[in-house]
Amino acid sequence: MSWGFLRDLLSGVNKYSTGIGRIWVAVVFIFRLLVYIVAAENIWKYEHDEFECNIKQPGCENVCFDHFFPVSHIRLWALQLIMVSTPSLLVVFHVAYRENREKQHNQKLYKSPGEIDGGLLCTYLISLILKTGFEIVFLVLFYKLYNGFEVPRLVKCDIRPCPNTVDCYISKPTEKMIFLYFLVATSCLCIVLNLSELSYLIFKYSIKCYLKRYIKKHQ
Amino acid sequence: MDWGSLQAVLGGVNKHSTSIGKIWLTVLFIFRIMILVVAAERVWGDEQQDFVCNTLQPGCRNVCYDHFFPISHIRLWALQLIFVSTPALLVAMHVAYTRHEKKRRFRNGEKIDIEELKNEKMHIRGPLWWTYTSSIFFRIVFEAVFMYVFYYMYDGYQMPRLVKCNAWPCPNIVDCFVSRPTEKTTFTIFMLAVSGICMMLNLAELCYLVIKICMKASRKTT
Repeated sequence: MSWGFLRDLLSGVNKYSTGIGRIWVAVVFIFRLLVYIVAAENIWKYEHDEFECNIKQPGCENVCFDHFFPVSHIRLWALQLIMVSTPSLLVVFHVAYRENREKQHNQKLYKSPGEIDGGLLCTYLISLILKTGFEIVFLVLFYKLYNGFEVPRLVKCDIRPCPNTVDCYISKPTEKMIFLYFLVATSCLCIVLNLSELSYLIFKYSIKCYLKRYIKKHQ
Repeated sequence: MDWGSLQAVLGGVNKHSTSIGKIWLTVLFIFRIMILVVAAERVWGDEQQDFVCNTLQPGCRNVCYDHFFPISHIRLWALQLIFVSTPALLVAMHVAYTRHEKKRRFRNGEKIDIEELKNEKMHIRGPLWWTYTSSIFFRIVFEAVFMYVFYYMYDGYQMPRLVKCNAWPCPNIVDCFVSRPTEKTTFTIFMLAVSGICMMLNLAELCYLVIKICMKASRKTT
């Protein structure tokens, strides 16, 4: 019970997505989830053990680590992946609700429960907006918490019980920075995909609506 | 045998739940069990190793750790999730018993479609309503109890950076430093918030079921 659950969830969502939506699912699977599991997790695995300060005072390392990493990059990354995948559940719930209604009334109420029209279109658009919103919130959070996306090699710390200003060294700073930039790039790609899907859907259904009204007028 | 088996059991109950019940189950899986497994367990993974005390006295660190963390947050959350998921088993048992009775009647000659029986969604009425409602009630009680246990055991929901310890064999009052206190506080508050949301969902479901049955009863009498 871990990332496999998210994978199954996203596969389920894939059925009811547009073409761009399926590209988004593929990007999230391959460039975010897979990279997280096979690479990123191992880089940050011993971040606390390998954080070294130039002092023998017990407790100084703990306190400095806590000050410079209030919430670890890798935890924020995991939370971002989970929050960004969750809005798609709204669509799954709505389709299940439609299928349930059809079963209850024992008649065909919709052209196809999975087709994006009417109420389901609204739900889909809301899920896209929420996904984009979460992406932006997490990117801003990363930026604000860590003063940009840089990971310094050396930080200076003078919190009690450190007796004076102490040099502390972060492990694998360059590798962490590369993966952080990778995270930002894939986040931005997902934001672009979501925005294009949003515009595509709004454009397609406005044209449909306009054509319907035009044909009605001329009948 | 891990959280996956719980998922298998609860997935079966999902079919017979109300919509609010299905949302509760989703929140439980995604925002509690999944967060516990992929994030929280890593944060608390090195809690004893990186618990550092300002003393060379052997045994002092062990004793102080044990004094301030009688049961680790992670273990309490695991217990909370298990206890909160278990009342759903009452519903699963009731459904299994009803199906068993129907199969028995089929064997005694009544005409029942066996395939339909396996996939049939049970409506929440009659005795199943009582089982379902009691399971929600127990869920609410367990959530509240565990929230209180957390509050009582750790004096609130904040993880301190520094604790002062003078349990034997520490020679005097010793400063001990907890590892990752801010990250731990963040996750504690997150899990508390999601517990609260789950409790609200359970209360809403309970009210919905009670109102539904009252309206049905009043319709019958008019």
